[in-house]
Amino acid sequence: MSKIPLVPENTKPLPALGENQGMLSWVASVDHKQIGIMYLISTMVFFVIGGLEALVIRMQLAKPEFDFVSPEVYNQMFTMHGTTMIFFVVMPFLIGLGVYLVPLMIGARDMAFPRLNALSFWLVVFGGILLYYSFLTQSGPSEVGWFAYAPLSEKPFSLNKGPTYWALGLLATGISSVASGLNNIVTILTMRTKGMTMRRLPLFVWMILVTSFLLIFVIPIIASAFAMMLLDRLLDATFFTPAHGGSAILWQHFFWGFGHPEVYILVLPAFGIISEVIPVFSRKPIYGYEFVAGSTVAIGLLSMGVWAHHMFAVGLGNVANLYFSLASMLIAIPTGIKVLNWVATMWGGKIWFATPMLFATAFIIEFVLGGLTGVAIASVPIDWVATDTYFIVAHFHYVLFGGSLFAIFAGVYYWFPKFTGRMMSERLGKWHFWLTVIGFNMTFFIQHFLGLMGMPRRTYTYHDFPYWGSMNLLSTIGAFVLAISVLIFIWNIRRSLKHGEKAPDNPWNAWTLEWATSSPPAVHNFDLVPPVRGRRPLWDLEHPDNPDEPNAKIVL
Amino acid sequence: MENLGGLFNPSSPDMEAMTDLTYYILAISIVILAIIVVAVTYIIIRYRKTPGDKTEPYQNFGDTRLEIVWTVIPIAIVAVLFQLTCSTMKVIDPPIGDREPDIVVIGHQWWWEFYYPDSGVITANEMHIPAGKKLLLRVESIDVIHDFWLPELGPKIDAVPGHTNHLWFAAAEPGVYLGACAEFCGTQHANMRIRVVAQTQEDFDKWQEEELVVPKTPRSGIAAEGAELFQTKACMNCHTIFGTPAAARIGPNLTHLNNRQTIGAGVLTNSPENLAKWLIDPQKYKQGSLMPNMKLSDSEVKAIVAYLEALK
Repeated sequence: MSKIPLVPENTKPLPALGENQGMLSWVASVDHKQIGIMYLISTMVFFVIGGLEALVIRMQLAKPEFDFVSPEVYNQMFTMHGTTMIFFVVMPFLIGLGVYLVPLMIGARDMAFPRLNALSFWLVVFGGILLYYSFLTQSGPSEVGWFAYAPLSEKPFSLNKGPTYWALGLLATGISSVASGLNNIVTILTMRTKGMTMRRLPLFVWMILVTSFLLIFVIPIIASAFAMMLLDRLLDATFFTPAHGGSAILWQHFFWGFGHPEVYILVLPAFGIISEVIPVFSRKPIYGYEFVAGSTVAIGLLSMGVWAHHMFAVGLGNVANLYFSLASMLIAIPTGIKVLNWVATMWGGKIWFATPMLFATAFIIEFVLGGLTGVAIASVPIDWVATDTYFIVAHFHYVLFGGSLFAIFAGVYYWFPKFTGRMMSERLGKWHFWLTVIGFNMTFFIQHFLGLMGMPRRTYTYHDFPYWGSMNLLSTIGAFVLAISVLIFIWNIRRSLKHGEKAPDNPWNAWTLEWATSSPPAVHNFDLVPPVRGRRPLWDLEHPDNPDEPNAKIVL
Repeated sequence: MENLGGLFNPSSPDMEAMTDLTYYILAISIVILAIIVVAVTYIIIRYRKTPGDKTEPYQNFGDTRLEIVWTVIPIAIVAVLFQLTCSTMKVIDPPIGDREPDIVVIGHQWWWEFYYPDSGVITANEMHIPAGKKLLLRVESIDVIHDFWLPELGPKIDAVPGHTNHLWFAAAEPGVYLGACAEFCGTQHANMRIRVVAQTQEDFDKWQEEELVVPKTPRSGIAAEGAELFQTKACMNCHTIFGTPAAARIGPNLTHLNNRQTIGAGVLTNSPENLAKWLIDPQKYKQGSLMPNMKLSDSEVKAIVAYLEALK
């Protein structure tokens, strides 16, 4: 460590957690664990809301020419569903999980900037309230999609207040994301315990680090675009209105310049969860640590140069199309390396299929399917077939649900004992798992075919073409199976909080530092941080005869 | 087997090329997926922990040679995919040079306008083309971004305000092909449908001649009343009828509405009864449509329907 502390030690003590102060001890907290848990709870609330919106969408599509809701309400539902799930569920969940775990995994007392950490969390809540406040305005929330393409999102095509609240809410979460990105980077670079070199960093922390760099590079792009959109809507600027000299395509460049890296912001920390869970339950170290970490950096860099593959139908010309096609296909290479390393980690292990490992194993299959359809649509002519159809809906749900959300479920079951001191029910966990697998594939697999048969996205109704009705009905039934699985998941959390079996400090016999402290950890995290002489400090302690790095120097 | 449409019923040479490429790449993907599924299934069966076994397996940290192998193989696959992409694009999207478009497609919220520059025909929602000919379309938008898409005939192309796009377009055989707007464009995005009627050259020429006829305005009877109402009831503020002062292009050109198969960009089949229903309350059939409910009386509706039916 350098002699000059990059982050000065606090001279004044931080606001302490009062005993028995009830809600105030949470609201006023700057403790990373409490903030992390608040992130997780608020994302659960948004997850339920976003899920209900999805059910409205699927109800409306259950049969051809159905009028369960009006076209306006349908358009509001898919706008809010996408916005909620991306900005208020998956993103803050993963950031919140990082906030809780990063300091513990690197043996630190807290994040580098605890107050900034609290600000980040409360800005997400504030953004969510701004977004959902639009339900109370006269014409309801935004109905222009989570992508809010100009000029549809501009005056005179959207005169309601929805898109304004939408942009304001997301601007607030954007500030939050940049702040947490900075906080993570400084924490990880400067606050690692002795011996925790970058080459020994748990892979989850590596993924959070790369994600954080993505956050600070790409969120400002979309935040500027939101500001320009608000200027257009409120002060009659014309950045994105072609009728007055602006450019509609410019919005798309800004949006996807952020939007594609965003996909990796949503999935890299999920890779991190998988890279922690699979080794522990296979009882083997991660296969090819350097390649898993290195491929993450490669994905992070590539992800910033591929945005226009969302715009192949815009008419940018074939030179641009082919560049973005090739660059997008290249991402398959580092992603493939990761998948093969996970499989190789399981190979030759002694695998314990507890619920976290069930979700992690299913993640591999679902994510590979989503990834492969992703490579297919990186090919421009296939994109011209598939884009704006249900094929795309299926593709990104395989990535974001089959990928990110399966990993999130694995992470919840894995770290719940650490967060709460109680185990989750394995019996309910297995019900949750199987219903999720069945419901998810039932909902989304069929949509690949619907898309190729010609069903466009974002349409509130459809004609009764051959098989469209029955295929959509199957998808709708799948969505309700998924809803039941989520109810079981919530019930499992509730029940386990009260009646779950008491968890030992290290119930899974895992190896990273968060398992070296009590469950739940004390306010100060560690009484004594164990020595770090390799990537798996707790393995080294348990197997002094067979340490990971036999020649490692003891750093004092 | 019924016609599944889209990719499963390619009806132009370009679409056939795209279908072949899609099947080819999906086949490669399925093979890769199958390898992963088989490997994971084998692992689940073979490497499951036996109850009571407290020992740890062999601690294997990786193998650089293996990593190189599974880096190089995907690079090779990507090279093949990209090569296939380039060669397909060469076929379906050659440069347009200085060729003038055969048809200009203009997207409106929520209907399509088709203009044939050579003949001067202007129609809406139903595009007639001669089958077997490679045509060049110019695609534009008057308001927000739309996307012109015939799933059986070729690529999608956005209609972007302030930006002109071109699309090569053909149907191999005569027939009716259904399409729709593919880019979300507001409330009635779902009902912005397209019909392409591919005809033999003779039939197409005949259709074009009919479209160019300037119909006589009826002078007597209920149809004459309708003609009068059309000019006084604000219809003419949005619609065109050749041979009358109505020349606005906000809504579809109604001169030869008789020749079209649907009303409201695909929400109703075109018949006098349906036309009357539509005039009584368009919002009932296409909620949010920019055509307002004109609060016409039953006799006014009858008269306007008679007028539009009489235009020939």
